Amino acid sequence: MQDFSYARATSRAEALALAAEGDTAILAGGTELLNWLRIGIAAPGRVVDISRTPGMDGVEALPGGGARIGALTRLNDAAQHPLIQHSYPVLSQAILKSASAQLRNLATIGGNPLQRVRCPYFRAEEPTPCNKRAPGSGCAALHGFNEKHAIFGWTEDCVAVQPSDPAAALAALDAVYVTERRDADGRRIPARSFHVLPSEDPTAHTVLEPGELIVSIEIAEPATRSAYLKLRERESYEYATVSAAVVLDLDGEVIRRARIALGSVAMRPWRLDEAERRLQGQRLGGPEVEAAVDAGFAEARPLSSNAYKIRLARNAVLRTLNLATRAS
Amino acid sequence: MCPEETRFSARCLVRLTVNGQSHELEVEPRVTLLDLLRERLQLTGAKKGCNRGECGACTVLLDGRRVNACLVLAASAEGCAVTTVEGLAQDGRLHPVQQAFIEHDAFQCGFCTSGQIMSALACITEGHTGSNAEIREWMSGNLCRCAAYPQIAEAVAAAARDMSASEAA
Amino acid sequence: MKTSGDPITRLDGPAKTTGAARYAGDQALPGQLHAVLVPSTIPAGRVTGIDARAALATPGVVRVLTASDMTRVHPDLDKITCPPLATRFLPMQGDQVLYEGQPVAIVLAERLEPAEAAAAAIRVCYQRDAFTPPETAPAEPPDPAKGDYSKSSAVTFQKGDAAAAIAAAPVRLAARYTQPSRHANPMEPSAILAAWEGDRLTVYDAVQHLPAVQGALAAVFGLGADKVRVVSPHTGGGFGAKAFIWPHEILTAMAARVVGRPVKLALSRQHMHAMVGPQPQMTHDLELGARPDGRLAGLTHATANITSVTDDYVEFGAIPSRAFYACDNITTDHRVRRGHVTLPTFMRSPWDGPGSWALGSAMDELARRLGVDPLDLRLANHADTDPESGQPWSSKKLREAYEEGARRFGWRERPRGGTRDGHWRIGCGMADCSQGQARFHSTARVRLAAEGAAVVESSFCDIGTGPATVFAQVAAEALGLDPRQVTVRSGDTDLPYSGPTYGSGTTLSTGAAVQRAAERVRGRLAALAGWAPEETTMREGRITRANESRTIQEVLGAAGLPELSSDGAFDLPGGAPVDMGEAGAPARTFGAIFVEVGVDPELGLLRLRRAVGAYSAGRILNPRTARSQMIGGIIWGWGMAAMEASHYEPKLGRWLSKDLAGVAIPVNADIPPEIEVAFVEEFDARSGPLGAKGIGELGATGVAAAVANAVYDAIGIRVRDLPITPDKLLAA
Repeated sequence: MQDFSYARATSRAEALALAAEGDTAILAGGTELLNWLRIGIAAPGRVVDISRTPGMDGVEALPGGGARIGALTRLNDAAQHPLIQHSYPVLSQAILKSASAQLRNLATIGGNPLQRVRCPYFRAEEPTPCNKRAPGSGCAALHGFNEKHAIFGWTEDCVAVQPSDPAAALAALDAVYVTERRDADGRRIPARSFHVLPSEDPTAHTVLEPGELIVSIEIAEPATRSAYLKLRERESYEYATVSAAVVLDLDGEVIRRARIALGSVAMRPWRLDEAERRLQGQRLGGPEVEAAVDAGFAEARPLSSNAYKIRLARNAVLRTLNLATRAS
Repeated sequence: MCPEETRFSARCLVRLTVNGQSHELEVEPRVTLLDLLRERLQLTGAKKGCNRGECGACTVLLDGRRVNACLVLAASAEGCAVTTVEGLAQDGRLHPVQQAFIEHDAFQCGFCTSGQIMSALACITEGHTGSNAEIREWMSGNLCRCAAYPQIAEAVAAAARDMSASEAA
Repeated sequence: MKTSGDPITRLDGPAKTTGAARYAGDQALPGQLHAVLVPSTIPAGRVTGIDARAALATPGVVRVLTASDMTRVHPDLDKITCPPLATRFLPMQGDQVLYEGQPVAIVLAERLEPAEAAAAAIRVCYQRDAFTPPETAPAEPPDPAKGDYSKSSAVTFQKGDAAAAIAAAPVRLAARYTQPSRHANPMEPSAILAAWEGDRLTVYDAVQHLPAVQGALAAVFGLGADKVRVVSPHTGGGFGAKAFIWPHEILTAMAARVVGRPVKLALSRQHMHAMVGPQPQMTHDLELGARPDGRLAGLTHATANITSVTDDYVEFGAIPSRAFYACDNITTDHRVRRGHVTLPTFMRSPWDGPGSWALGSAMDELARRLGVDPLDLRLANHADTDPESGQPWSSKKLREAYEEGARRFGWRERPRGGTRDGHWRIGCGMADCSQGQARFHSTARVRLAAEGAAVVESSFCDIGTGPATVFAQVAAEALGLDPRQVTVRSGDTDLPYSGPTYGSGTTLSTGAAVQRAAERVRGRLAALAGWAPEETTMREGRITRANESRTIQEVLGAAGLPELSSDGAFDLPGGAPVDMGEAGAPARTFGAIFVEVGVDPELGLLRLRRAVGAYSAGRILNPRTARSQMIGGIIWGWGMAAMEASHYEPKLGRWLSKDLAGVAIPVNADIPPEIEVAFVEEFDARSGPLGAKGIGELGATGVAAAVANAVYDAIGIRVRDLPITPDKLLAA
């Protein structure tokens, strides 16, 4: 790890001011940043520690039925908060499956969606063809080991996936990342478009600008009929091969609205818009449900070694629809 | 130079309470809590198995919560209370979790054991010992290559019973 | 008092549960420097230049060592065989690069952080050469000139005419089974602290055999072995990765000599992955021919494993085919594929682990083809004698183990394959477990003090397998003491020579030496009392003959002695350092593993539901620690079956994920509590005086095959390529 200088922010204003300095990395939970520094993914001259900035953690109910989660809320605290557990089971489950108990005591809900791809080429300590590590160097995974890589939205310049579990749940919930900046107005960024597809910029991860801080995450109406399914080789403490977040609005047995986001299939949580459209008005368990979900995969494209992920993701969606139906 | 820049410093004074003892150390900002414990305080119970948060061998309690010490900057832990495995036994008497690990043969090589025990203690105090499945899930952040997993789960359950019994008494 | 055989708790428990146990990386010496190795980023070529200016400008950095700074190895090293030297190729003796991750420079700093930062700041220039990815290299016969690994067993074996027998057999099977490279990933990455005082070297090292490190390091510097002391009171798991002497150990000792200060090196997980070899990727080609009653008419098994370009490491994976089943016509062959990769090495359950995966799968396929129960097929082919030599086994109670395992599992009453439990499809599978038994020359000393406390001294290391506990039991039994009155001193080459902690041979070998030493002490005590040793018994600090009884204190006091001390040895025929059992009585351990798995074919999930292992492994000296070791072995096998794989990137010429996030190993949630272990009552007098055999590796054999067989039982998909991952399980 290169040496750097360090400052701890004592107020939100100070956090924004320090974060806006050039060559500065932001430390919240630290579970990603410290590894970036070790691997050489980041080498900032300065680190601003915002982890104790007052007023940026905790869960509160919003007037009108939503919830606001402070960006610095530790993952375990967010997942086990009664409001999240009861009103947003998809998010609580996604957070609890996202990492080990120890990591969830450090990592924050605002930091988690900022985690970078798990592509082993990206994470290598040695120089590797990777446009996210060295723009213009190419993508070694395109024709390399890509069993766990993208099936949606990839280009020849990057086939990696965004692995965040909470981000997938937040995308299904149509949550909003609320940001602030020192030199400009804050933004309200929809969770479903927070991450950047390689067709837009293969070197980018999120739409956040330097110095821009997520201060909170807002979710609208409760989503009690919701569920998260994470598939992986081992039972726990592993990144997803595929995950599915489903939020249902039912009228008896009929789907009034289904929202579906897949995790670890693209550089952003992937909403199955076409499937969602076709599921509207369908009866649960009816024969049209499978066809509707299949329609959501029309634009899926396998890489050299991951065709199985298309079927896996499709089956995961069907299973999670059932899980969400039974939730309440 | 803008005023904010002066806030950044190349050395940090860190005051910590470790196992009840106060320490004041000057460190580079890049020094992790794990390396501070091991290299500066010679508390080598917490182990470096991966240095990436991927194994749990460095698990300690930070203000009572279990964390991977390899992912905490010492500077960030300023003012915090740290409990390591060395701080559990009192007056030569093993902590119930330590005793349960021995009784249930919940370790072999012992390298992950410090982290397992700290994680087990937290798992019990967090209330995640309701079932064998719950214990296993909440103990999955601690890898054990000797694979003493079933015995670890038994030990956590037994220690949870012991601790609630002694609390009730 | 009978203490061997009692399930006492581990005597190193308090040290290991309080953080007091010091592992190599926990050691510190005044004035020590922290070393960080700079690994090569290319798989083949030459180092043409190293720019260390930025590194040297880093505050705290003391030296950057490159090849030209290092001492040259002494010719004595040529006399050390390979193994125990892990590889003949020692980096930083020249500019040649033969695998990615090979050390090309060493940074030494006062503290760890600047050492790490400086290592990352070093710029190495290379002349790149073409490299060979090993997995696609041609399979060639091992070259006996490339290291000694190929001499560990017979590369080719032929008995009868397997090809003709198979061709004539009414039921035939031919299949290829593969397995990926797997790193051992002990929780403790290798670490060493080396310090010189004049021409005396002391190293605190993470090892599985201290005297081997002592001998190799002495040879590197042309010293007598008495000038090198190796200390290793605790090793944080070895599984083979610390069995032999790897280059980083030699380089650290050299660095300490060059700078004249103690040097401490703790490999990062990444460097460990690159610098210490895995079990190699390998293919098994099997052909089986059977008679209608299931008896094997012919069997051929040919393997090919990857190896480096420097040494031919041979994974003798076809050994099970000449050891497991009675068959008159057997052909086995082993080949290697050479490429630019870290040299592979022995890993928990070498040879029999890989071989039992392939053979255990093939036997299940054959059973299906014959329409017989897989267990009955095993019974029909039970090897009453060693199929390779025709000689009787030292001991074998496999039939009893089959029966006990099948009874406990309910094998005969198992649910029909494919039975549903929600989304899960249930499958059951079984396979044979067996591991060749190594024996090692060993010595030990036992000292008995007047107050009735004894000390066992031997240079073995307890890597978690329990000898520090079991040997106290062995000595206590001979001396009539409570094991807690016995202190075990180990992990130091200043103590009597012990064989290694690998090859499942420690208990049998060093344990026998401890027993002999303790019995000798007892004999001398009896003699001091004026009694014939065979007429005496010892109990609770007293020695007794008929109705006469005296305390140890009385006997020693009368003789004016503070203590009695005796040495004991476990010697092998011909003074050999190692063998595979007594002449004419080949030694093996046996058993069977039965597993029940759940497969969710829609989601590609495979989960273990329960397992029963029943074993014939000689006398069990401590049922508590033995059970743990078998459970650990079964889980080791589960990892092999369900998830573990290290990938060599053929375009880049290096290991892909050098961490514990990209390479999965089992976690607690993977393992259900329903894992049952049973041992058949057995005393193998021919393998050693304790009647015991090794169990460290037995448990991990057969598991991958049993799991694959259970998967087939559940969903009808035969997986012949490990690991059994979701892509292979998804229903079409």
